[in-house]
Amino acid sequence: MRYIGKKIPKVDGIELVKGTPAYTSDFDTNNNSLIIKILRSPHPSAKIIDIDTTEAEAMGGVECVLTHKNVTDIKFTLAGQSYPEPSPYDRSLLSDTMRYVGDEVAVVAAVDEQTALKAIKTINVKYEILEPVLDLETAVDNSNLVHTQEPHVNFDIGCDHKRNIASTFYKENGDVEAELKKCDLIIERSYKTQAQAHAMMETYRATASIDVNGRLNIMSSTQIPFHVRRHLSRILGIPKSKIKIIKPRLGGGFGGKQTASVEMFPAMVTWLTKKPSKIVYTRQETFSCTTSRHAMKFTVRLGSDKQGNIKVVDISALSDTGAYGEHAATVFFVTGHKTLPLYGRANASRYHGYAVYTNKMPAGALRGYGATQGTFALESAMNELASEIGMDPAELRLKNIIRVGDSHPDLDGNILQSSALDRCIETGKEMIGWDEKYPAVFLSDSKVRGYGMAVTMQGSGIAGIDTATAVLKMNDDGFFTLIHSASDMGQGSDTALVQIAAEILDVDMDRVIVVSNDLDTVPYDPGAYASSGVYVTGNAVIEAAKEMKKQILETASRLLNVEEKELEYDGGNVSGADKSISLDELAQKLCSFEGKDQLIAKGTFGGDTSPPPFIAGFAEVEVDIGTGKCEVTDFVAVADCGTVINENLARIQLEGGIAMGIGLGLYEDVVYSKTGRMVTDSFMTYKIPSRMDIANIRTAFESSDEPTGPFGAKSIGEVVNNTPPPAIAHAVYNATGLWITDLPITPEKVLMGLISK
Amino acid sequence: MKVDTSINGRAMTLECENGEFLAGALRRYGFLSVKEGCDTGSCGLCTIWLNGKPALSCCLLTARVEGQEITTIEGMQEEAEEFAHFMVAEGAEQCGFCSPGFAMTVLAMKRELTNPTDDEVKNYMAGNLCRCSGYVGQTRALMKYLEVHG
Amino acid sequence: MMNIEEYVRVSSCSEAYEILNSVNGSAILGGCGYLRMGNRAISKGIDLSLLGLNQIIETDSDIEIGAMTSLRDIETNPILKNNFNGSLCDCMENIVGIQLRSIVTIGGTVAGRYPFSDVLPVLMALGADVVLTGAGRVSLEDFMDGKHKSDVVEKIIIPKTSERVAYKSVRNSLVDYAILNCVIALSDGEYKVVVGARPQKAIRATKCEAFLKGKELTEEIAEEAAKIVADELSFGDNVRGSAEYRKAVCVTLIKRALVGGAE
Ligand SMILES: Cc1cc2nc3c(=O)[nH]c(=O)nc-3n(C[C@H](O)[C@H](O)[C@H](O)COP(=O)(O)OP(=O)(O)OC[C@H]3O[C@@H](n4cnc5c(N)ncnc54)[C@H](O)[C@@H]3O)c2cc1C
Ligand code: FES
Ligand code: FES
Repeated sequence: MRYIGKKIPKVDGIELVKGTPAYTSDFDTNNNSLIIKILRSPHPSAKIIDIDTTEAEAMGGVECVLTHKNVTDIKFTLAGQSYPEPSPYDRSLLSDTMRYVGDEVAVVAAVDEQTALKAIKTINVKYEILEPVLDLETAVDNSNLVHTQEPHVNFDIGCDHKRNIASTFYKENGDVEAELKKCDLIIERSYKTQAQAHAMMETYRATASIDVNGRLNIMSSTQIPFHVRRHLSRILGIPKSKIKIIKPRLGGGFGGKQTASVEMFPAMVTWLTKKPSKIVYTRQETFSCTTSRHAMKFTVRLGSDKQGNIKVVDISALSDTGAYGEHAATVFFVTGHKTLPLYGRANASRYHGYAVYTNKMPAGALRGYGATQGTFALESAMNELASEIGMDPAELRLKNIIRVGDSHPDLDGNILQSSALDRCIETGKEMIGWDEKYPAVFLSDSKVRGYGMAVTMQGSGIAGIDTATAVLKMNDDGFFTLIHSASDMGQGSDTALVQIAAEILDVDMDRVIVVSNDLDTVPYDPGAYASSGVYVTGNAVIEAAKEMKKQILETASRLLNVEEKELEYDGGNVSGADKSISLDELAQKLCSFEGKDQLIAKGTFGGDTSPPPFIAGFAEVEVDIGTGKCEVTDFVAVADCGTVINENLARIQLEGGIAMGIGLGLYEDVVYSKTGRMVTDSFMTYKIPSRMDIANIRTAFESSDEPTGPFGAKSIGEVVNNTPPPAIAHAVYNATGLWITDLPITPEKVLMGLISK
Repeated sequence: MKVDTSINGRAMTLECENGEFLAGALRRYGFLSVKEGCDTGSCGLCTIWLNGKPALSCCLLTARVEGQEITTIEGMQEEAEEFAHFMVAEGAEQCGFCSPGFAMTVLAMKRELTNPTDDEVKNYMAGNLCRCSGYVGQTRALMKYLEVHG
Repeated sequence: MMNIEEYVRVSSCSEAYEILNSVNGSAILGGCGYLRMGNRAISKGIDLSLLGLNQIIETDSDIEIGAMTSLRDIETNPILKNNFNGSLCDCMENIVGIQLRSIVTIGGTVAGRYPFSDVLPVLMALGADVVLTGAGRVSLEDFMDGKHKSDVVEKIIIPKTSERVAYKSVRNSLVDYAILNCVIALSDGEYKVVVGARPQKAIRATKCEAFLKGKELTEEIAEEAAKIVADELSFGDNVRGSAEYRKAVCVTLIKRALVGGAE
């Protein structure tokens, strides 16, 4: 192979490091743009009784003031999901009901930022303040309701607004209670995972303008351009054909930009005023007025025999979706769906519970999408079980993990076709020095190093739903344009897809250029989420490239007058029967009067299955017994993402995801005050890992060959987040004897735990 | 107000509001490599050089650069490219939004520290947050870069 | 963007003092690291940068640091590295990053009297004085009490008497604000013990200081001294930690500062 499996630099890497303009605000050079600012609710639950905007409207430089009184009251969801979205239509553009601190009250567009901010201050709002629902555990059947009207749902997701339930889920495989009776050992434990912020470096932003064709142009930093267009079409009540979306480079997304949090504001302002407008969220708005990871609470029951054969996995959960239900049902579902199959050899398994509404910022998609939360609960329980049985936790995994050929009802496609998880565990053990060091090494009276582990799985695209198309065009000089819409947000999908195309076309990578930013030209793709880029769009590219090769042979045969079966294509020339034509010549001829047949090929792919990538993660955590401070001095992650298409891209996914997981494990936490205001709304209060906090992250890959994947590949984008929290908790236990069951594992929890022990 | 300064070796007069910070002014004048990621001086994306030393342009009043020398990565393209090759070779850049600020700190460190230890590098680079990379790839790239060009 | 109606580069500290005390809504512009977050409208922004207040000078008895000196210049200053066990340099390591530290000033740090500060407890333990344009030279400790609100900080003067200084802090993320910080300094045979980020402002633990007077430092004495500190001071809750945790970890930090010395 020329490109597959190699360390290929990213096609845009050099220029990005050099600071070449690439992002939404860099292209946003229309210096007449109106600046949009939003007045937000100071109350977690309130009703607007009266709102007076006269002063703001009269102010010089103010072009547009929107409130619930003068905009559409159509209901919708902002979730970046294929239609029909499995999320309740519980939002409106602006409403008279405030459901969290930060909910939008009014939108002001003015000639400059200062004017817009001034105008905002003059808006007078009278609220009827209502009792908020702030606690996940008492939300269900609370007398206070987050939504008093029944939201529309596209299909039954168990939404019951009268009970503050956004979604209900129950699935049992086998007979859990009956199997539990047969178990020698049952453990039951509770766990809590916190809300996490995406904290991508580029805040949310979008601009709007009207073009010469009277169409609404939206430029946005989004992972989901096609879904954005569909949502805007519904909100504005205009056909999709009237909307053009441009998606430049993203300064990170991590699932945050899988919810269309901001585009509707400039879209509405520009559609009404016919003037260009833009919105750039502050960091504070990015933290407190968009989405976060769902905070969740779990009870896990594991049943096994004396030898550690797992018979039952039973997980019940409660998930906090906040004020609106974007991704509530699907994140909740994925939490079980991407954890139960891990120990698919159990006789019975169950996952059930609710995603509930509260008067907090809505939760949404975040890398890992529920699997991260579920993995903390399940893997922590597995580690507790191992300690209860007195078995090496790595052994317990090796004994029970799902293997190739095993089936599980929660596995898309039912049967596992590829896995190297056992090898991941073995390699990880070796790298961290498990056999020598586990469970702990005592360094001094005050410093102990504990060792812990966890395993995890995810998916590759959404089975039976995600469908992408890629187009290849041969240009007049014999180079190719690859047109796709997998939304590169830094993960390098543009690079990986060019590699795949170049591999099949057998040409140099720089002979394939990419177009992926303009919805008017690119074919449909759901977007950058669900770890679908390489797997779903990659498979589409393979189809397109094969089709292109076929067309090249067909047309060469016509032009050379040689039968197709006698011709051979080697990437540079098509030759046979003593005749030969270079790709360049062929392309020029086809574009000209002589050939009259410019080659355009397409490929479409949608998977019946969503093959799981796996990771085994091992943490070395140095605990300061005197302060409780835990430092991850070494983290080893060994991944099975099928064939590694590009080690550079895969490795940074792994390293970055592990760091994000370490943050989740140790200090990242979205905290609300008693009155429902988010306290952690800046980088001063919400800490992501800094360079000082990350010691060593070591990675390795154990390949497997996934028969349905492009060149055997599976995904890597999300699975990377999941192992650190449980592995760290396990290491802390091995260092201190304390099981920390609610994240994050702060120095305070450890020291106070040690003192009260 | 008008502020006479030098940007990337060229004398320039910046017109700005009294309270405008340099990051905004630089972007207004077309130095689009300068990114902003926070409102609090916490992320390092806006790092430029003030008289050759890394400084946060989001906290630096434009008025304060009167008579000073400002450098952005636009003025360091050759060196930046040299370093960029080490970044892409290690697969250390992802979304790239933090990269210009990060690179400016690296290039300054190369001038300020000789044979820095790992800890010194961490300390020098601590102010450049990156949400994508987990830092280890960046560290590999910059250590190799220092080995060759340091 | 900060809202500054008028911008003045003053030519003397007294001019600054004059404006500060006569113009409503005027403010001295330090590095603006904190000023910019206040969202306050400033009628007259007073810039001291023409006054040469960015010097670090060593005299026989003291080290003087001009108010406009950046934290980064202090951190990298050879004189300060060689004095006080380098504690004034070390305490800055966790303040975000060098790019911020090269902008924020010691004057703004002192004038802000920030309770979370890592620098102020060290200066307090070193027995630093503040030179103000209006009130003249006052001790930092008195200044911290909130007096002299409308004055200009010109410089900090630190006596070179401290022989052994140790600074300790505990943090969630290492570039977060401290959950608690502690400094001990030994000067003329007497200890100063200061605890900051409680989360209230830094304060001296005088009972502990008295207890330590004339005692030989042993592991046991250090332990006892640390417990005295935890008992005599009050602690509070904030997003970074609870009062209980602060009290508990205070014992560890003080003990380590005392027996670990300047490690
Ligand atoms: C993101 C961030 C994180 C931080 N983290 C930490 C930390 O972990 N630990 C820590 O110790 N510190 C921390 N700091 C504080 C920092 O170290 C400075 O103390 C702070 O920024 C104030 O300094 P400044 O020069 O920016 O002052 P400014 O913001 O300019 O001024 C602060 C106040 O002092 C007044 N003032 C300024 N100079 C004078 C003067 N000469 N005379 C009289 N009044 C004056 C101003 O009018 C203003 O009221 C942090 C700061 C930021 C922005
Ligand atoms: S923009 Fe974040 S530090 Fe300057
Ligand atoms: S590469 Fe995205 S923040 Fe650093």
